[in-house]
Amino acid sequence: MYIPIRLYCIVLSHLLLTAAPDIVNCWEKMRLLTHNMLSSNIKGVVNGFALRIEAEKVVEKKVEMNGDFLKKMFEKIDWKAFVDASRAMGYTELPEEADSSMLDSDEFLNRFHHALLEIHLEEGALICPETGRRFPVSKGIPNMLLHEDEV
Amino acid sequence: MWYLCVFYHRLLDYRRPEVESLAQLFGAFEDTQNDEVRYQLQWKLPPHHHPDSPFHFVNLPSEQVARNIANRSILVKGMYELWGEGGSYEELKDSVLSYPDERKLPYLDSDSTFKITVDCFGKVISLEEQKGLILGLSYVPFKGRVNLRNPDHNFWLIEVDNYGVNNGLPPIVQKRIFFGREVGGADRKLIPTYQLKSRTYLGPTAMDAEMAFLMANQALATSGKLVFDPFVGTGSILVAAAHFGAMTMGADIDIRVVRDGRGPDCNVWSNFKQYGLPMPVGLLRADNNLPPWRPELKEVFDAIICDPPYGVRAGGRKSGGRKLLKGAVEPYIVPDDKRTDHIPSTAPYSLVECVHDLLDRAAKMLVMRGRLVFFYPVLREDDFTENHFPEHPCFKLISSSEQILSSRYSRVLLTMVKTGPYTDEIAEAARIKHIEFKENHVKWLEDGNLHSAVFSPADAQVTEAGDSKFGKDPKPKYRGKYV
Repeated sequence: MYIPIRLYCIVLSHLLLTAAPDIVNCWEKMRLLTHNMLSSNIKGVVNGFALRIEAEKVVEKKVEMNGDFLKKMFEKIDWKAFVDASRAMGYTELPEEADSSMLDSDEFLNRFHHALLEIHLEEGALICPETGRRFPVSKGIPNMLLHEDEV
Repeated sequence: MWYLCVFYHRLLDYRRPEVESLAQLFGAFEDTQNDEVRYQLQWKLPPHHHPDSPFHFVNLPSEQVARNIANRSILVKGMYELWGEGGSYEELKDSVLSYPDERKLPYLDSDSTFKITVDCFGKVISLEEQKGLILGLSYVPFKGRVNLRNPDHNFWLIEVDNYGVNNGLPPIVQKRIFFGREVGGADRKLIPTYQLKSRTYLGPTAMDAEMAFLMANQALATSGKLVFDPFVGTGSILVAAAHFGAMTMGADIDIRVVRDGRGPDCNVWSNFKQYGLPMPVGLLRADNNLPPWRPELKEVFDAIICDPPYGVRAGGRKSGGRKLLKGAVEPYIVPDDKRTDHIPSTAPYSLVECVHDLLDRAAKMLVMRGRLVFFYPVLREDDFTENHFPEHPCFKLISSSEQILSSRYSRVLLTMVKTGPYTDEIAEAARIKHIEFKENHVKWLEDGNLHSAVFSPADAQVTEAGDSKFGKDPKPKYRGKYV
């Protein structure tokens, strides 16, 4: 019948605020480069790598390619964990095995680049392979902080 | 070849290290085998000039290197091929005339355009006088046309005079006049572009843009390199590294800072977007005390740049529980049903432990010859020697630059180069130290409390440090926050 104007404003602003995150969603998320560097460091855990990916929302973004950077990173990547992670994110174009001679192939370099830097995990979790502990990933930021009884 | 290097009269301690770092970046030491001289250039001062004078001479392998250094630097006002100098205009004339013609004539021919700028340090020369000085250069056979907007060659006539004392400038003993051809100079437009007041997302300890660029230069940030900041905050240091083309990665223990920011268009990502820079390749919430890197991973970052929380403006935190580490509560288990949404409590992180962890992690994660660049606070009452700085067997300290923050304390930018591999013995020693820190949590917090030293009432400070003040050379008066 009659809505107090102040309440009306609150309802309106609430609607606007809840709508905002879907409109503006331009930032980057967790990429597989980061995933390949992380492990579960809970006290007592011996094999904290590789963290299993539980993907709820995956996004893809174009990133400019830098060949030198890719070649350098290739040496540091644990390939098996990388292939598994890319599959968990829904990308199946990477070969099971890889060695540095393949970096001369543009096709391989493109796929490596895509998997390493262009697939982003926006929402999901990283699961410790030994204890099953969930490290949540929200807004693309993996939360690797341990609980008090895990340090 | 020797070049005249004129600095801005700012951040005096940072000027030579910046040039030396950039010299490394642009390959000035490539032929050098000796490790000791790999990081240092040869420098000279004009006769009787104080080391804090803006005028220096530096020996560089080529004009190209000199130009690259000057153009990328923040504190080099100009790098010049010196054609002549003297204590008076007569001396300058003789000096310029005796400079070999084959060095001069290529820049004076009739097809080229040129401009002469008159500059001075410590006084003002009126336009009328400037015109007179330029006309006085008629003994230089300029054949080209004048172009003030976009000349091929820039010539500079720079005068420094005895401006007396106590005016906030370093002591000058002798008048000196320089005439030279500009090779390059800093692009100071970067600083207003990136200044913090126009930055969307700011925190209380966001790094000043000029300093962030200096840090990125010390770290040799460039395309294809991976730069990590373990205390990323709002990303203010990584923004500078990304500007120079480096890939960036950051971690912070405060999830609100890295994940949420102040809204969808005001967070770490938006700070990069604002300047059209590539986003960090990774941002995560992690604890510097217990970093989540997989154990086999090493030598992956080219540089680590950071401003660790030293407990004056912002205190560090680490995981483990505040009450737990203090011994106020017994160890406990988080119940299973509360695990998912449990917010772990964090404990204060002493500077000593923080820096120990930083050096240990950096020693493992940096590539050989990778650089660790970070700020370290010092109380100004202390004797200021290099012995006070943290050390690590894998690192060589190559520069330390002080910036005075208050009468009580200053911060020193330390640049370290990884010169030795991270061995099992070093890792084991670090593990033992880590346990010691954990067991003596309270003791370390009290010992390393910089906050109380900086903010305690003045009287207590004077009685404490009173004796040691005698017989010590106090910092020159002109050294303030910005110089």
